[in-house]
Amino acid sequence: MISGKSAANFEKFRESILSKRNPDKPCITICSGTGCRTSGSVKLAAAFAEELRKQDLQAKVDVKETGCHGFCEKGPLVVIYPQEISYIQVQPEDASEVVSETLVQGNIIDRLLYVNPETGEKIAHEQEIPFYKFQTRLIFGNNSKTDPTSIEDYIVLGGYSALPKALFKMSPGEVIEEVTKSGLRGRGGGGFPTGRKWAEAADLTADIKYVIVNADEGDPGAYMDRSVLEGNPHSILEGLIIGAYAVGAHEGFIYVRAEYPLAVENVGIAIKQAEEYGLLGRDILGSGFDFIVKVHRGAGAFVSGESSALMTALEGQVGEPRPKHIHTVIKGVWDRPSVLNNVETWANVPVIIDKGAERYASIGTEGSKGTKIFSLVGKVNNTGLVEVPMGTSIRDIVFKIGGGIPGGKKFKAVQTGGPSGGCIPESLLDSPVDFDELTKLGAMMGSGGMIVMDEDTCMVDVAKYFLDFLKDESCGKCTPCREGITQMLGILTDLCEGRGEEGDLELLEAIAEVTKSASLCGLGQTAPNSVLTTMQYFRDEYEAHLREKRCPAGVCKALFSYYIDPDKCKACMICLRNCPVEAIIGEKGQIHVIDQEKCTKCGTCFDVCPDRFGAVTKVSGLVPAPPPPEERVIQRAN
Amino acid sequence: METSLEKVDQIVGSYAGEANMLIQILQDVQTEYNWLPKEAIVRVCEELRIPVSRAYRIATFYTLFSLEPRGRHVVNVCLGTACHVRGGARILEKVQEVTGISAGHTTTDMRYTLERVNCLGCCALGPVITVDGEAHGKLAVKDVEDILNSYE
Repeated sequence: MISGKSAANFEKFRESILSKRNPDKPCITICSGTGCRTSGSVKLAAAFAEELRKQDLQAKVDVKETGCHGFCEKGPLVVIYPQEISYIQVQPEDASEVVSETLVQGNIIDRLLYVNPETGEKIAHEQEIPFYKFQTRLIFGNNSKTDPTSIEDYIVLGGYSALPKALFKMSPGEVIEEVTKSGLRGRGGGGFPTGRKWAEAADLTADIKYVIVNADEGDPGAYMDRSVLEGNPHSILEGLIIGAYAVGAHEGFIYVRAEYPLAVENVGIAIKQAEEYGLLGRDILGSGFDFIVKVHRGAGAFVSGESSALMTALEGQVGEPRPKHIHTVIKGVWDRPSVLNNVETWANVPVIIDKGAERYASIGTEGSKGTKIFSLVGKVNNTGLVEVPMGTSIRDIVFKIGGGIPGGKKFKAVQTGGPSGGCIPESLLDSPVDFDELTKLGAMMGSGGMIVMDEDTCMVDVAKYFLDFLKDESCGKCTPCREGITQMLGILTDLCEGRGEEGDLELLEAIAEVTKSASLCGLGQTAPNSVLTTMQYFRDEYEAHLREKRCPAGVCKALFSYYIDPDKCKACMICLRNCPVEAIIGEKGQIHVIDQEKCTKCGTCFDVCPDRFGAVTKVSGLVPAPPPPEERVIQRAN
Repeated sequence: METSLEKVDQIVGSYAGEANMLIQILQDVQTEYNWLPKEAIVRVCEELRIPVSRAYRIATFYTLFSLEPRGRHVVNVCLGTACHVRGGARILEKVQEVTGISAGHTTTDMRYTLERVNCLGCCALGPVITVDGEAHGKLAVKDVEDILNSYE
């Protein structure tokens, strides 16, 4: 424990923990972010602990469950320190071999190594794996070495160095100046200059001001904030305390969505620990600055992630947005000045104060400084969380880090910005990740969700998907959003179900424009983006749905039928046996035929037909007549 | 069915009776009873001295809350963008077919409650469903029936 509150005592405390830690002591770190937990990391950690006990090594080897490492596609992930040997897809049954071979004998187990699919090379060290190698993990990097329930892990890695610097060596004004100089812009999607927001709040005279962490992360497919909050909660707390000091707030909130119970738990533990160590509460580190923070759980409403809605939810009301003629910075929670920033924005603050604005601003582009964490998901080989400097090309993210599209399929588009965002087609793959550049393309940086789509994705269906999502999530208060989304969705549904009529596309565009310009809040204002960008870059798909009643990607069920190609069918009976509605007619040695009257287009036959035959196809329009029964017998060559 | 309201009193007490913690209180009440019984809602409002309509406004706005008893097993089908792109809609169809109910409902034998969720945050495992919080990932349509049947 720390004797007496002061920056000097805290430093002494840091040194004392460091001196007790042996950097050469072997440590088995197991990724226990939500993704790997889903794949069984907790059982894996238990298996390792048990194995170490069996071999009487529990005193000589540490086991650490950390937050998300980011390489989610290859979980459960294990990294063994100090050699940094990286094992992927590790199962509890592997624990005994890992301990005996790697920990005890120093041998590397080949079968657990990552194999570079391009070169066939097996890679033993985490940082040499292309997925990690091409990233710049300023914010995320420490996740792999941090037990989120241990404040000491955070301190040992340099955590809580920025806070004493801010409290004792800088005035609140100087902190704001540093953040402004750094060029930090909001990471939640708005990209508003953080320093400017803080300056506005600091200038207001008020007894009570608030600072708020927006951990509502509602964009489907985005889970960066979750992983930072679950994996390194102190990084956000430290940023928040510094921000509170800068603007003159003594109370803060962390609003976490209900779907993140692990984040709620870990941030609660972090707060308690920070209080114990004199980093929260009254007279922080003896500086005279008081600050407390409370966690508030969301309850399942996407719109409540909007800043004014979130603040209403904090008051215990229904989280509906209000028109922002008066900024929430000026009148927020209970009409008091409130500074709301995204999780990732807060996590950048200690880095800026610690390293200095100039060094921070040397990363990124002119208009977008620092790094950005993306969740790279969808039709991509290396699904996971990726942190790159602003200015990195989307091509590099998808192909160099992401490893390209699985199954040899062709890239079609990347969707960024969640339901508010837009898609970027192949022709624009070299675009840099930059707030202003992406906005120019009609897309948006957004919170960081990056969904990769391939030739089998229907872009009309994508627009319909997002509008369907937003229709449920719209609070319903304003007509342009409530009615606009409903009408656009109606037209898109008609298109996808073969009922499109001449004039529909123009009507869609007209409604989109109204919804965009007249909606009360960001949800409605950006709802048309998915429609507008898909129409801009993939109008041919819309035309095909409308005029030919055809879905080029083979997704819209009403616009295609499954058909067994008689030239390819080998009558193996696999599709027949798996069809849930017994719609396939055939026998062994007799070419199979789908009864279109019974077929529900569930796609099972398409999935199960062996790749080497590939006999089940999707056809638009009229389905070719099946061969007459007498011609269905397969002639086998002798 | 009589609902013991002792727990409700305890929960409200743990938040020092602060009315602005209503959403948190209702969440804890739902965790306790597996849904929000009317008697529990009314009791909460009595203790917080707020109109019952305010609690119903909250309970009907936020998707987390259930105003009907939920089944023994809550099935969440992820329909986040990544899962959608990997065929999540077909998984939902199959789950609906096997359980016989559509999303937002409970089977008459109280075995399953089916919900759609937008992003469970394990996109590498898409398409994904969870049953009682246990995730089943990298699903194919043909896996669904066996998984659901394993939950009594």
